[in-house]
Formats: sequence, C-alpha cells, structure tokens
Amino acid sequence: MHVVRHVALNVFKESVRDRVLYSLVAFAVLLIGGSYLIGELTAGQDIKIIKDFGLATIATFGLLIAVFIGMGLVWKEVERRSIYNLLTKPVRRHEFIIGKFAGLALTLFINVAAMTVVFYAVLAYLDTLFPENVRAIWPAPAVDPGMLRAVALIFVELLVVTAIALFFSTFSSPFFAAVLTFGLWVSGHFNADLRNFEAVVDSPAAAYLARGLYYVLPNFAAFDIKTQVVYALPVPVSYLVTTAAYGVVYVALLLTGAVVIFARRDFK
Amino acid sequence: MDAIRTEALTKHYRVGFWRPRPYVALDALTLDVRRGEVCGFLGPNGAGKTTTLKLLMQLIYPTSGRAEILGRPVGDVEVRRRIGYLPENPYFYDYLTAEELLSYFGSLYGLSVPERRRRVAALLDEVGIGAERRLQLRKFSKGMLQRVGIAQAILNDPEVVFFDEPMSGLDPLGRREIRQLVLRLRDRGCTVFFSSHVLSDAETLCSRVAILAGGRLVASGHLSNLLAFQVHGWELVMTSIPDAALQEATRFGHVVRATSFGDGHYALELPPTVEPDRVLANLSARGARLVSLTPVRETLEDYFVRQVAEAPPDRGLETPRSYARR
Repeated sequence: MHVVRHVALNVFKESVRDRVLYSLVAFAVLLIGGSYLIGELTAGQDIKIIKDFGLATIATFGLLIAVFIGMGLVWKEVERRSIYNLLTKPVRRHEFIIGKFAGLALTLFINVAAMTVVFYAVLAYLDTLFPENVRAIWPAPAVDPGMLRAVALIFVELLVVTAIALFFSTFSSPFFAAVLTFGLWVSGHFNADLRNFEAVVDSPAAAYLARGLYYVLPNFAAFDIKTQVVYALPVPVSYLVTTAAYGVVYVALLLTGAVVIFARRDFK
Repeated sequence: MDAIRTEALTKHYRVGFWRPRPYVALDALTLDVRRGEVCGFLGPNGAGKTTTLKLLMQLIYPTSGRAEILGRPVGDVEVRRRIGYLPENPYFYDYLTAEELLSYFGSLYGLSVPERRRRVAALLDEVGIGAERRLQLRKFSKGMLQRVGIAQAILNDPEVVFFDEPMSGLDPLGRREIRQLVLRLRDRGCTVFFSSHVLSDAETLCSRVAILAGGRLVASGHLSNLLAFQVHGWELVMTSIPDAALQEATRFGHVVRATSFGDGHYALELPPTVEPDRVLANLSARGARLVSLTPVRETLEDYFVRQVAEAPPDRGLETPRSYARR
C-alpha cells in the first residue's frame, strides 16, 4: 500500500509543479470570483444563475484537469522511459496504475475543494449585498450547504472521467486518449436518450444496439444535480449513495481493464 | 546459486504493418553469472544487449525460455528489492531535484525518512553530484543524469546490479570514477552485469564476458580463458639506433617492421620466434639505448572482432543484423 501512496504523492507533486494546472485553477477561480458581476447584471434577482454558473465552472475545469492530466499519465512515463526506473523497483504494475489514479484523484480533490471554497466565499459576499426582501424570494439561501451534494457528485463524475482517461492512456497516445475521453463524456451526458431509442427508430437492431450502448457507456447525466440543488428541490440520500456507488463501480471496472492491459505490455 | 541465469531466453518481435514478419531480437540465450562476478555483456549495436536486460527486468516478456535472478524468477517483487538497474540513456522526472528523486525511489523500497536522507546524501556525494542535489533535473547535463541513474541503481545496496551502457555520456574523469565505483561494488560482494561498447572498460573491470551478435551468444567465459595469453610478438622501443644495425636486424628477420617516431626513437616489431633479449643486446652493443620492451598479446578487442566476424549466419527469421541491412 505504501507504494501506491508514494506513486500517488509523486503524481500530485508533478501536477502541483505543472504550470498548465496553475493556469486552469487560476482561471476557474477568477471566473467564479467574477460571477458576482452576473449578479450585478441581473440586479440580484437571480442568484440561481450565479450558483448554476459556479457549479458548472467547477465541473468544467475539473473535467479539463482530469482529461489533460489523465491523458498523459501513463503514456508520458512510457514515452519518456521513466517507467523503466519505476517498474524495476519493488512496484507491481497494478500498484503503478492505482497509484497514478489515486494521485490524480487527490489533485482533483484539492482543486475542486479550492474552487468550492472560492465559490462559497463569492456567495457569502453576494449575500451581504442584497436586502432582506430580495433574499426572501430566493428558493434557497445564498450560502446553501445543500450545494455540496452537487459538488460531491461532480467529484465522483470527475473520478470516472479520470479512470476513462487513464484507461485509454495505457495503450494510446494522449491525443487519442483525450478525444476518446471527451467523446465518452459527451455521449455519457446524452446516454438517457439511448434507453428509449426504439421510440425514435423502427429498426429493432438499432434499438438493441442503442440499449446495449446505454448499459456500457457511463451515464454522466446521473451525476448532474445542479438544477435540483440550485432550486432547492429534494435530492434523496439514497439517490446520492446509489449514484456514487455506480461511479465507484465504473471506476473499479475501468481500472481493472487498465491493469489487465498494462500488465501485458512490453516496454520496448 | 547463480546471481543470473537464463535458459534459451528468446524474444521475437513482429515488424511491418501490412505483412508482419517475426524479428528475432534475442535467440535462445543461455547464460549464467555467478555471485560476486563482474560480467561484461558485449556486442555491436542491435546485438540484443538491451533486449536481454529488459527481459531480465521484465520490462518485456520473453517469447520463450526463462530467466532467474538470485534463484527466483525475474519480475518477482522480492527480487527487485535486491537488485539495481540503470537503463540506457536514463530519463527521470525533470520537475524533481536529484535529492527528491532518490528519496522517492527510496520510499518505494520502504526506507524510512531518516534512512533515505542519510543514504541519498551519501550516494549523491559518491557519484559526484552532491553539490547539485537541490537542482531540478531538467537543468542536468547528460553526464549528470547518468550519475543520477547510477545512484538510483545502487540506492538499495543491491546484491546484483545491471548497468546498460554505464559509461554513456560521461567524460574521461566520469568514466574513471564509474570504473572505480564498479570495483568498489565488486569488493562489497555485489554482482555487476553491464552492457558496453567500450571494450577497454570491459577488459579493465570484468572477470567474465559474454559476447552477443545478431541476437545470439557467440562467446562467454572468463577473460583468462577466452584470451590466448601466449605472446604474439614483442614491441621494442629504442633510441640512437645506428642505421646499419637496424638494416642488419631487418635483413636477418629479427625485426619485422620498424616505425620511426621522428626524434630518433624507433618502435621495432619483433616476431614471437626471436629472443628479444638477444636483439636488445646486439643493438645495445652498437650504441642503441632501450626505452621499453613490451610483449604483444591478444586483446579483448581482437577477440571481440574475431567472434563477431565469425558469428553464424542468420537462421530463417529476421535478426537485428539482417533487418538493419534492409
């Protein structure tokens, strides 16, 4: 286990020293920080827009970090041959893969946490700007802890994206890994349409194929509860637990696939 | 128990996209290296040296055959705790400093923080980059990276160490330091297995060599057994030799060739059949003065060239040599 921890910490150290990550996080923080301008534009009538915008920013920048770091996580080690030094130490190949994943998960956790703190700070500031009568018509208070449920599911979604990028990174170049990961992310958000495809097409074969894809592709739409938390609609705990469990199982399957592929690879 | 043992170790690759053909990178290598030996693994480019080392490190899997290190199958994590490896032209995480990199690798061996700190500092001093320990590796020259590579290979105080071209990128001073390091490792009882193009290094360091050509082992054994130690002739260097005396010695066949150094010094090549002290006495009596007298023996380079030239022809499948000719 100590091997996984040290490999993960090294991934974290690498991302902390990576200027691209700094730029992404700085940009996200600026964007969230600047979202109070939207409040100015809408005359404070709709804090829902700011909340929606803030959560979408956390999700989008988290996605960019997951894909751009995840896509080269394994490939870079193989291409630059730094893997020769690592795999000849007492490191099993599966420990390497799990360590890489854990390192990026830690990086994402810290970044999502940082963006969330800024997000809440902006909301707290906005809260002080508006009079009582305006705040009274908001569906939920500005600093609503309930939004953390959306952030939690965004984080689980990012773990799935990371696992997808890592999976592709074990056998393809960063470009293909990025394209395939983005492709899956987009299709995963429209996954629900595939379930009832027979209502749209007549061909039973196409309907079966669509149904098959529905079960195989990750259902990213399930992780998106932004609208519910922004409008203070109820989100049952059972839904959160089931969706998080779905994400964890998906990650486990992808990591198993990555380990199986990686364990057989020749590093020429 | 042997330190390293391979039995018919073979690696084929498939080359070509449309019509893949097998390419024999290593052909049935059977080799054993005893504990405490310094074994040089020699061969021309593409001979299969790096392939062998990668198979021993399980960075690639064999097509057939088997390999053991310290009596256990390669790839066994317990074995990796007891060995070290320097890859050819090593690359490290360039965002780390030399100290951080070695500390990271030390953590993978389960070394405690104080132990890591102590060992890393000592090792960086030993390989001559102690002053640059806090410099990011992206600022290191090739030779400095090679030294980091050597330090990480011996970080765990290994019983067997594998060096792939350890002298690569090093200046003459660096090469000399690494030679001394190899000898220190040998004195500690460590088995050293290194691949090299530099035959003089192998001749200085190795008790044993294995020569690979076209993916096949063409010679292996102790240097004392491989190299014929009989004298092939003598090289006599003298000064102030009278012309008449030199012509006479040449005419009688006592001197095969005389090369002038231009300042009155001559290198005289004597055949093995003559007694050198007699030639020396004759020339000295005519006023010549002795500078040096050296027996000429077969060198590892002579042996290497002969073995590689006599390597058996390719056998059906493509070997690195036949592939390189395309």
